[in-house]
Amino acid sequence: MREVAIVGLGMSRWGEIWDASLRSLWTEAALAALADAGLDTVDSITVGCMTPGLFVGQEHLGALLADELGIPGVPATRVESACASGGVALRAAFAEVASGMADVVLASGVEKMTDVSGDECTAALATAADAELEVFHGASFPGLYAMMARAHMERYGTTREQLAMVAVKNHKHGSMNPRAQYRQEITVKDVLRSAKVADPLNVLDCSPITDGAAAVILAELSIARKLAKGRPVVKITGIGHATDAIALHSRPDMTSIPATTKAAQRAFAMAGRGPQDVHLVELHDCFTIAEIVVLESLGLCAPGEGGKQAESGRTALGGALPVNVSGGLKSKGHPVGATGIAQMVELATQLRGQAEKRQVAKARVGLAQNMGGTGASTVVTVVEVAS
Amino acid sequence: MSVGIVGYGSYVPRRRIKLPDIARVWGADAESYERGLELHEKSVPARDEDTITMAVTAARRALKRAGIDPLTIGAVYVGSESHPYAVKPSGTVLAEALGATPAVHCADLEFACKAGSEGMFIAASLVKAGEVQHALAVGADTSQGAPGDALEYSAAAGAAAFIFGTDKLVATLDAQCSFMTDTPDFWRREYMHYPRHAGRFTGEPAYFKHTLGAAKMLMEKSGTKPADFAFAVFHQPNGKFPMRAGKMLGFTNEQMQQGWLSPWLGNTYSGASPIGLTAILDIAKPGDRILMVSYGSGSGSDGFVWTVTPRIDEVRALAPHTRVLLDTNKIYVDYGTYAKLRGKIRMGE
Repeated sequence: MREVAIVGLGMSRWGEIWDASLRSLWTEAALAALADAGLDTVDSITVGCMTPGLFVGQEHLGALLADELGIPGVPATRVESACASGGVALRAAFAEVASGMADVVLASGVEKMTDVSGDECTAALATAADAELEVFHGASFPGLYAMMARAHMERYGTTREQLAMVAVKNHKHGSMNPRAQYRQEITVKDVLRSAKVADPLNVLDCSPITDGAAAVILAELSIARKLAKGRPVVKITGIGHATDAIALHSRPDMTSIPATTKAAQRAFAMAGRGPQDVHLVELHDCFTIAEIVVLESLGLCAPGEGGKQAESGRTALGGALPVNVSGGLKSKGHPVGATGIAQMVELATQLRGQAEKRQVAKARVGLAQNMGGTGASTVVTVVEVAS
Repeated sequence: MSVGIVGYGSYVPRRRIKLPDIARVWGADAESYERGLELHEKSVPARDEDTITMAVTAARRALKRAGIDPLTIGAVYVGSESHPYAVKPSGTVLAEALGATPAVHCADLEFACKAGSEGMFIAASLVKAGEVQHALAVGADTSQGAPGDALEYSAAAGAAAFIFGTDKLVATLDAQCSFMTDTPDFWRREYMHYPRHAGRFTGEPAYFKHTLGAAKMLMEKSGTKPADFAFAVFHQPNGKFPMRAGKMLGFTNEQMQQGWLSPWLGNTYSGASPIGLTAILDIAKPGDRILMVSYGSGSGSDGFVWTVTPRIDEVRALAPHTRVLLDTNKIYVDYGTYAKLRGKIRMGE
């Protein structure tokens, strides 16, 4: 395989963006990535997007967006794996460059979620769960993650306050990110007092509904070195993808996410790295409990220790292993198809040393974990500064 | 020649329902409405109260304070999104009840929550043009919220009436303006019982854009700034929005407190900022300047600058004060009674 590096980074505005549609948000991010790379075209495009058909009544995004960007004719494909759509789009782009099918590929993600009501949005997101075995019986994602939280609390003694501390930490991080949707700092008391969604999860345990897009441009390493213009070159050294039963109850254990463990093992094996080598992590904190379980499943802490990570300060900026310094899904926002790509934008920004107030000191190896559903699709990516 | 308010009056139904009593029925979190939207209770019209009856009472109170011959009223406008009839004016009944017919121009207006201020804008303009000696504008609503919908926690009932003229003014109208765009955030089609709304879209791009837009336009037009006003009142779909809008513009709690009724009244739609204005006139001193900005979904805002005259001291005791109507003589109803009164129970044939 050829070596692959990230040469361009772009983000659209994130939040409730009333005056932009899916195509204009995506184009904002794609143009920003092209400008960052110093390019005006690419060989190929991948677009991660979960369910534009339900959110805005539009499918067939590949051709639509290539045309919108002014380069109709290039191969362009939408990739879907629920909330892991962005991560899977990244992997598809990586494969094109690594295999030699293309030299420069735009890997992107987008979701326009606020054109529908809250109920319609919840229903659209629920299509990522098992329609026959879960949704038909009334399960939605807050309910499924609430069950995971209950199981984790029961087995390991994880506390309600420890869940809240994840949200508090990520909002503190997000307060330093001008791109974040919710930049206000919050307290444990705020989380505990916020409206109940699905016991034990309150509204401040949940990531928000967000409009947004993100884009990165991947290039073969020698091309990337030419485009670097003095900036550190950020390589993707490992990428692993794994799947599992979609229905939570079909898995032997609700307190871990086996697909995340498998994807991490694959990514670490490809990179020749292990959990001890990682300097910072962007992971899929769609609910506070998710950050706790994912840290354990990635091998970044022992099973049952996830609740203590935010509490002890280990995962805060300045701690031994900063997690979600972008604000994570909780504070930065979660336009579902864009999240996996936005994690790459954050890690590359950090490894380039351009993260300003939220810069992690001496960060040279970063890890991203992006998952769909209750973790039935996971992509784990290891990025490093090229020597 | 100054144009302004000659007489004003308000009406608030006696019945109230507490927010937790609504939330309990729907399994909703009452605290998130009480704390998040600053709503605690709302008025409920009785079975024999509607937009017309409330308009008549408010207008009679305005007439009393104005002390004019009703036959000098040359125009009557009733703004509401809950006119009892789809076809047949509310204004004809009102004008007849006041004894203002037949030499009177009349129209029912509709613009979601700003139909009342629309009538005020037109009434003042007709007086200013010299077409009529006096003109009456009423904002009144028995607003609807679908059972279990977020609107059910705020949709309330009430009315305010203002008689405009050029003589014996209690407040002069110093400036007025409108700020409007095609922004569909809330609507009800014919034959629909309850309105639909676009959730959070009703906030930033709708309420705040137009309310702030009209307020800024108005202050620029009148050469004023927030510190020039003794009072400010904004449309109040809940308790939170008007205070946030006011603070964003640079108004203080002290300026807004008196006209801020929604936490205990609910959203009276076309009556909202007009009733707030009556509460302010009840206590304002001669020379006080008042800024008022309405908001109606669709969307638009009307803005007014008023200056209170010495005659206020002669008329304010002639009719009940709005805060007294709001704070006393209340009858609390439970959800079942509320559902019955609001016609939410389907009866046998």
